[in-house]
Amino acid sequence: MAGRKERTSPSISTTITIPDLCLVVLIGASGSGKSTFAARHFQPTEVLSSDQYRGVVGDDPNDQTVTKAAFDALHYIAGLRLALGRIAVIDATNVKPQDRAPLVRLAHEHDVHAVAIVLNLDEAICVERNAARPDRQFGAQVVRNHIQSLRRGIRGLEREGFRRVYTLNSLEAVNAAQIVREPLWSDRRSESGPFDIIGDIHGCYDELTELLGALGYVEDAEAGLRHPAGRRVIFLGDLVDRGPKIIAVTQLVMRMVAAGQAFCVPGNHDMKLERYLRGRQVQVSHGLAESVAQINALPEDVRAAWTQQFRAFADGLISHLVLDGGALVVAHAGMKEAYQGRASGRVRAFALYGETTGETDEFGLPVRADWAADYRGKATVVYGHTPVPEALWLNNTINIDTGCVFGGRLTALRWPERELVSVPARAVYAQPVRPLLAPDVAASGDHSGDTLLRIEDVQGKQIVTTRLMKNIIIEEDRTAAALEVMSRFALDPRWLIYLPPTMSPSETTIQPGWLEYPTEAFAYYRQQGISSVVCEEKHMGSRAVLILCRDGEAAARRFGVPAESVPGVCYTRTGRRFFDDDALDRELITRLSTALTAAGFWERYETDWVCLDAELLPWSAKAQGLLHEQYAPVAVAGHVALSAALASVASARQRALPEAPSAALDALSARLREREDDITRYTAAYRRYCWEVDGLQGVRIAPFHLLATEGKTYLDRDHRWHMTELAQLAEADPLFLATRHREVRLLDQEECAAASEWWAEMTEQGGEGMVVKPLDFIARGSRGLIQPAVKCHGREYLRIIYGPDYTEPANLERLRKRGLTGKRVLALREFALGVESLERFIRREPLWRVHQAVFAVLALESEPVDPRL
Amino acid sequence: MLITLTCYAPNAPEVGYLLAKNPDSVFEREFSAGQVWVFYPEVAEDHITVALLTEIDPVGLVRGPAALTQLDQYVNDRPYVSTSLTSVALHTAFATALAGRNKERPERLNERMRWVVALPAVACDGGEDLMARLFTPLGYTLTATRHPLDSSFLAWGASDIYSVRLEGEQTVRDVLGHLYVLLPVLDNSKHYYVDREETEKLLDHGGAWLALHPERELIARRYLRYKRTLISSALERLAALDVPIEPEVEANGSETSDEAAGASELAREPGVGLHEQRLQAVLAAIRESNAHSLVDLGCGEGKLLQLALKERQLTRILGVDVSSLALARARRRLHWETMPPAQRARIDIVQGSLLYRDNRLAGFDVAALVEVIEHLDAPRLSAMERVVFEHARPRRVIVTTPNREYNVHWETLGSERLRHSDHRFEWTRAEGRAWAERMSATYHYEVTQQEIGAAEPEIGAPSQLFIFDQR
Repeated sequence: MAGRKERTSPSISTTITIPDLCLVVLIGASGSGKSTFAARHFQPTEVLSSDQYRGVVGDDPNDQTVTKAAFDALHYIAGLRLALGRIAVIDATNVKPQDRAPLVRLAHEHDVHAVAIVLNLDEAICVERNAARPDRQFGAQVVRNHIQSLRRGIRGLEREGFRRVYTLNSLEAVNAAQIVREPLWSDRRSESGPFDIIGDIHGCYDELTELLGALGYVEDAEAGLRHPAGRRVIFLGDLVDRGPKIIAVTQLVMRMVAAGQAFCVPGNHDMKLERYLRGRQVQVSHGLAESVAQINALPEDVRAAWTQQFRAFADGLISHLVLDGGALVVAHAGMKEAYQGRASGRVRAFALYGETTGETDEFGLPVRADWAADYRGKATVVYGHTPVPEALWLNNTINIDTGCVFGGRLTALRWPERELVSVPARAVYAQPVRPLLAPDVAASGDHSGDTLLRIEDVQGKQIVTTRLMKNIIIEEDRTAAALEVMSRFALDPRWLIYLPPTMSPSETTIQPGWLEYPTEAFAYYRQQGISSVVCEEKHMGSRAVLILCRDGEAAARRFGVPAESVPGVCYTRTGRRFFDDDALDRELITRLSTALTAAGFWERYETDWVCLDAELLPWSAKAQGLLHEQYAPVAVAGHVALSAALASVASARQRALPEAPSAALDALSARLREREDDITRYTAAYRRYCWEVDGLQGVRIAPFHLLATEGKTYLDRDHRWHMTELAQLAEADPLFLATRHREVRLLDQEECAAASEWWAEMTEQGGEGMVVKPLDFIARGSRGLIQPAVKCHGREYLRIIYGPDYTEPANLERLRKRGLTGKRVLALREFALGVESLERFIRREPLWRVHQAVFAVLALESEPVDPRL
Repeated sequence: MLITLTCYAPNAPEVGYLLAKNPDSVFEREFSAGQVWVFYPEVAEDHITVALLTEIDPVGLVRGPAALTQLDQYVNDRPYVSTSLTSVALHTAFATALAGRNKERPERLNERMRWVVALPAVACDGGEDLMARLFTPLGYTLTATRHPLDSSFLAWGASDIYSVRLEGEQTVRDVLGHLYVLLPVLDNSKHYYVDREETEKLLDHGGAWLALHPERELIARRYLRYKRTLISSALERLAALDVPIEPEVEANGSETSDEAAGASELAREPGVGLHEQRLQAVLAAIRESNAHSLVDLGCGEGKLLQLALKERQLTRILGVDVSSLALARARRRLHWETMPPAQRARIDIVQGSLLYRDNRLAGFDVAALVEVIEHLDAPRLSAMERVVFEHARPRRVIVTTPNREYNVHWETLGSERLRHSDHRFEWTRAEGRAWAERMSATYHYEVTQQEIGAAEPEIGAPSQLFIFDQR
């Protein structure tokens, strides 16, 4: 039974049972009624008929000259259906083995069963039917040939690779046939647990009962053991060999399975023992000898009964099980995504042995391909087979064979709790052929594991699932741009756990003389149903993300970087190292890390590291390029050109000219003076953000988000908390700059007015402006996520964005029209991705998962959005 | 913003008639990019000064029809310096004189007079040298004053903004024509064309003198220099967030395309022909290995691919580069769209990164990394090493990289500078050998080291070549 070879003699049966995922091949002569049969039992979309595809590729369903192209198309579509997990029914004569061979191959390629349904009718019926159809005026000879071929081949169908063969030998049988679809044996999605999944036992009965006891199982007359709360056990196979009590183990497992208290999947040792018991030639090694000895020690009658029972049990085991609505997959040696819920020889081999490369290592054992490292499936895969010192998550898979029989532990995974429970081995029952992988080599679920990223996790169109915004789609051209920037300029991705999102400005104001004003920012949040906001002074510098660790060892431990590295990083919003100068970078990180140590930060937060979102001042420290290529030259050119122009006008004005040209020159002069005033204000505006630095002398860092420390993010804390906590850093080291801020209740007109005044005062003195944030870090409204922050720039600052003369009324008028929708959508998506990457890192997800979200932020930043917003 | 032209000639006020602008009035007119005024600061019997003042609408530059893209900057020197827009204004004000027509004083049109042209603000990345190359052949003497970037921050150094004075004997038509054509050439920035067609017509206005100008090719090239491709725009947006990204192109060979001419300013390796030698050495190493398949990692604009296609024994060639722009150029170089099917079947080009494990790179006989590794940050080399030696794992890996010791041989470089602005490091021969030996030991390859180019005593040859063969 059970996914193994199944023989049916259905000539009289009218019930045809097929798996709900398989390839159904109809076999019958022209006129045997295949299409009618198919239409009665299957959905039109499930049936692929050769006539139909002749029509698709060659316009005429009866045009035999396009047969090859028609079958190519038909096979291709059938393959796609099977890959998507959908049944395909082939409606063609399929009377010759060479017609059927590619179909059997197709089924194998997709790891599904091929089912043959043969319509074996008499020639007369077929000929008569064809005669009734005007489009089938070929002779009876064709039908006769079909039937001859068909009958010659019927008995060989199983040998050809059909897993089930149903032959309908009469019109009555055809008409009476019923098709019943049943789930695949492995499909146990309706079983939702809760479960306790137990790894390789290898005859360690004492440890097994101890573990089951620890899990809360109690004695039971029928099942042996049973959980009072209805939990059930899943045994991952390898019950036998190597260990001391394989009989007791198998007896308990068989009893619990029979009583519906447990599931069991086969292990390679179980199957080898079964083959041995069947009398097959197997090599008695790797612990089989112990099993054989224990079996032979049984009294004759017990032995016979056990043998019979175990053989039946092992024979009925299904390679792997898909459980809990598809969320959980269990198999002895694991199961890659493409094989889940499929049935074929190679699926079974994978379940028993895992994926091997075909080579053997220095211990003579097969070299395993690292399927778990490649795993990107949605279902959690729990498996055993290869003993590991510690059960660790990797890409949503976990190996819980902790080598009990080798003196390790027997481990259970509680599902859906995902908790590990284990008991130590009471003895070392066997020596492993190859030493257990040392913990530092074992692939683990965080940055200390293999950190070489794969291109397919970032290239092409990517969909990143985030907690805050569900699926975020990144188009291919964006990921292409990000790949280049990430590869050429970014830091080691192990450090990149977060990139800051872009921020939208407020709507433009209608206040004369101003482009932005706090009123609009407040109105935006009020409209979103926010009652309190925090206004934070916006420092004009460059965005910087800082990761500071207690020391090099802490950095190595958590970020997987070499221990001799600088214990932290400071990087820009595109993931590039902030300071190109190694010495300066090291000095900054070391100094801040030391300051945090002195301030007792690590103890206070119970952490070895911290990630801060900050602004680094002065602007001129990072923006040299912009200043030299854009800002300063504009100022120089403006001053030079305007003074020359004014001088020329003045000179012309001194000539004796009629009234009209004189007036024109006066007007021109006034106009030029205004512009000279603008360029002077513009020059003053950018100069305020520039000062000379010497090493760290003159550098300031203003942190505004305390993003994460070990094991937690602080995205659930409000901005009041962030401001208060971060203000304390300023006391730890004067390099840190506290940020001026104030809370505003949006319904209080006076508070709003006072905050606007505060802003106006700061900005008229040259401040960049302020950032208005809802009090909560992550704020939601009736229409979903709300902008995490909106900036409101000062009037003078905006000269370096919109040009020296933007305050001219005619210019302001035009500049007020700016679309914010694109920018705001982008800001939200990047925010969601930033939060996602941090949370993934905190959950110790593999590097590629963290990197995927970080990479997506960079990719989104290449979207064409007005860069001045 | 302003140019003034002073003409020294007898009966100077008549020049006003030549220009068709009355010296006693103020001419004012709107034109496509803003507004233009013409007035006369000085009028005397022996000389006359005419001022052309333009006011460029800064918001219109970005939002108006003249904008090249929607993403241009409002903070822009265009309103202040002399540019193609000044030429357009010049045409607006002095169309008839430019065309060589005059009704009142036709006899003075061809009279050579002494002109002094003042350009108070010119943006020119080519400096005085470029200005001299443009104007001296036309008979001007040139005086240029360079301004500091910011008088409050003298440490920032000098700007590319100059005040320029030109003096020479010219006809009125020529002096206007020279300015009309050469102001956009001087200018270093994007050209804001009111109308692209009109700009292309600029060259036509050069008339006879342009055809005889010794720098006519330079003049033509600088017009076309800032052709933009869509591919680069996404990158530029990223660059705008941070620091500029330079096109990843090395012009080691004989490159004639306009883009490469711009990019060559980044490459400082003066060894003409060196890159050719390097490619020949790599090809020799490919032939010697009896390889049938080649993956060119960091293929850039496809020079090696082009040569590899001629090697009939190579039946499978893959070019990989991280830069979409470079790949587009490689396709152009290889005439991708019109490549014969038999050739096309042998080659493919894909975007990829040496820092990400990539199954597409596996299964090749030879992998070539020609002048690639020095473009990676040193801390990220280990990722590249694993991608190439552990996962792609070709039978043979060929790596070339500069020999830093040799740099002193080139005066322009000396011992401190690197050969390309994007090089993150350059190794001495000992450093190269140490790295190669580490690769050899870690990944089980035999390594041989060669030199490319003529070796000098003490400092060796310009380039290092490593050949790794799988053990």
